[in-house]
Amino acid sequence: MSVAATQKKGFGAMLWDYLTTVDHKKIAHLYLAGGGFFFILGGLEALVIRIQLIKPENDFVSAGLYNEMITMHGTTMIFLAAMPILLGLMNAAMPLQIGARDVAFPFLNSLGFWLFMFGGLLLNCSWFLGGAPDGGWTSYASFALTSPGHGIDFYVLGLQIAGAGTLMGGINFLVTIVNMRAPGMTYMRMPLFSWATFITSVLILFAFPALTVALFLLMFDRMFGSAFFDVALGGNTVIWQHLFWIFGHPEVYILILPLFGLFSDVFATFSKKRLFGYTAMVFATMLIAFLGFMVWAHHMFTVGLGPVANSIFAIATMAIAVPTGIKIFNWLATMWGGSITINSAMLWSLGFIPTFTIGGMTGVMLGSAVADYQYHDTYFVVAHFHYVIVGGTIFGIFAGLHYWWPMMFGRILNETMGKITFWFFLVGFHLTFFIQHFLGLMGMPRRYWVFLEDQGLDLGNLISTIGAFLMAIAVIVFFINIIYTAAKGEKSSPDPWDGRTLEWAVETSPPPFYNFKQLPLIRGLDPLWIEKTEGKGKMTPAEPLGDIHMPNGSILPFIMSIGFFIAGFGFIYHGDHAIWYLALYGGMALALGCMAVRSLKDDHGFHIKKEELEREAD
Amino acid sequence: MSQDHSLNPETMPNEPEKATLEGKNKFLGLWFFLGGETVLFASLFGTYLALRNSAADGPTSEELFGLGLVFLMTILLLTSSLTSVYAMYHMKNNNFKKMQVWLGITALLGIAFLTCEIYEFTHYITEYGFTFRSSAFGSAFYTLVGFHGGHVTFGLFWLIGLMIRNAKRGLNLYNAPKFNTFSLYWHFIDVVWVFIFTVVYLMGKVG
Repeated sequence: MSVAATQKKGFGAMLWDYLTTVDHKKIAHLYLAGGGFFFILGGLEALVIRIQLIKPENDFVSAGLYNEMITMHGTTMIFLAAMPILLGLMNAAMPLQIGARDVAFPFLNSLGFWLFMFGGLLLNCSWFLGGAPDGGWTSYASFALTSPGHGIDFYVLGLQIAGAGTLMGGINFLVTIVNMRAPGMTYMRMPLFSWATFITSVLILFAFPALTVALFLLMFDRMFGSAFFDVALGGNTVIWQHLFWIFGHPEVYILILPLFGLFSDVFATFSKKRLFGYTAMVFATMLIAFLGFMVWAHHMFTVGLGPVANSIFAIATMAIAVPTGIKIFNWLATMWGGSITINSAMLWSLGFIPTFTIGGMTGVMLGSAVADYQYHDTYFVVAHFHYVIVGGTIFGIFAGLHYWWPMMFGRILNETMGKITFWFFLVGFHLTFFIQHFLGLMGMPRRYWVFLEDQGLDLGNLISTIGAFLMAIAVIVFFINIIYTAAKGEKSSPDPWDGRTLEWAVETSPPPFYNFKQLPLIRGLDPLWIEKTEGKGKMTPAEPLGDIHMPNGSILPFIMSIGFFIAGFGFIYHGDHAIWYLALYGGMALALGCMAVRSLKDDHGFHIKKEELEREAD
Repeated sequence: MSQDHSLNPETMPNEPEKATLEGKNKFLGLWFFLGGETVLFASLFGTYLALRNSAADGPTSEELFGLGLVFLMTILLLTSSLTSVYAMYHMKNNNFKKMQVWLGITALLGIAFLTCEIYEFTHYITEYGFTFRSSAFGSAFYTLVGFHGGHVTFGLFWLIGLMIRNAKRGLNLYNAPKFNTFSLYWHFIDVVWVFIFTVVYLMGKVG
């Protein structure tokens, strides 16, 4: 494969290219497209929920369908929209930021994506096959065991497959960052986003196996007659809650930490200042990650674990406010006295600070175990986690997309539409969720499909629904922006924002598939900015021009994931009819067969010749 | 081909498993993977500890377990870990034949272990009617020990696949990391068994 072969191609060739690609930049495109697709689905489910709650005793959807909507909204948004988009951003930016040519395991990278995609599709197939899962996104074993039909089975298998993909992504990023930093890129010179990717990957590595086990136990109980949660045979349903939250609480930090890193990069870039308190930021991120594993039982205050356990977990929970506060103040201090540019990426970042701070404060309120008995399972909780997840993760994703769009696609997203998106979303968001704090305090429980008239809940719910539609408008404008930019957008230079970090030091926009012709020499934090202030303006190469070793593409990850997808149906339906064992064994054989091929067939990759690179330069 | 030359050097380096970037990546990647596996087994152990006395009407751990067989299994698996160390020793000395011999012994010991485990499970099911569905204890026991057994089975396929695939072409810098990662994995399986021996069998018999 030569460099020239990557130019101009027909649709078929392009499709094949994306199916077989192991290039981290193209896998990032796939993650963004897949995550974007599920984001729309999850958004539509949110609108159904809000329409149902627009007025008292509404009958827009049935109670059963409403349960499916809330379950799928939460599950989709967290596992199939937010996480993949984050993995997409990490794939797009992290290897460039640390000066690597690709990730450590390009094949696994591709496999991780396809597993996520087919896991997500499997989960959503449930809509057409007798009903979606309806046990809430937490799928507590007590409901989940009695839920009729196959909805919960789709939840179990879909998440198991998607989760395996995420775990691979985590290991891959860890090894990449440890082993593949460019010469001179010490740990304490890495941009904050790369640091956040590293720490998030640690969280993924240690949190996801707990979910794997929880899902296995539920699968065994539902499909193979085991008794983990069957109280009559000595089982205990609280085990599910522990395992789920041992995964689930680190998961919320998996969702927010990458964006903490991203905001740090954005604030530094658009304030034209070095990040304030870099070291403190790194250690605050680590501390949040560590404490994130120590607080899972604050989701279980009302289970009855006893006052000692509740107190310990309450204190640990409140302690997280300290490193988070360090971050908020460091961001403010970064902007202080800076020469600030306000554009869409910066607007989302500015909007994030007050929004997330409100979410953090309600978090401390919820962390108080005694007060939690009042808040538990009310709309106060719903408001809280939307303030942190939407106000943090989604705002961050929008900031990241505006910031890195030129690097990923070579065009700058339209600013006017970007600003329209931001203002509609910001106003819509606060309309939707601010009022829900009060609805919750007035006693409105979450997950109920109707509420009664004249209990002081009517107006609040109406306002909330109007807000949701404003957010929908914002998202529509954003998608129009994407299409407009692809067709007529302003072409970008490799460094449109006068950047500070390595991803802006590449030769073309988007970067060539080998990223760097010669690996750059890093002389300090914000390496590109150092070269700019010293009048050079570009990176010094750390090596002479030579052959570049690149990995081969492969279709195996795609086929392997199809294998697991088919096997998933086999597992779900094998109890209904023996014919489904065919799908079970067939699918597993296909997947394991691909693994065998991968491991027995040598794959040495290929070299881009030095001469070819020189020709490229002309 | 240039890479064939660079992967088959005249003199093998001291640590052939970490001589290439791919090798280093595999080495570190497997360590991280084992970190995840630790959480996986920790969750299974936690579940087992919570449910080990929930035998409902079925047999309890005191009635079931016999330490004789489990002791034999422990010896088999611990020895297989030692033989895999010998294999890695010979890999570092670039002695492919001896490495294959010791890996072969490792595989045989692994198979012997697995045979004992299959016998043990069959014994519980036929003699005591103790199954996966008998009680929460049964589910937790078979899941924890079965996950370990599954890992042993997977490891055996991995090992035998590696040995057959590379039988004719000897050691090079491309396959040395593969042998090395297998041996790391095998040690991990061994360590998990030590915990199973203690937490499941010893505590089940005495506790």
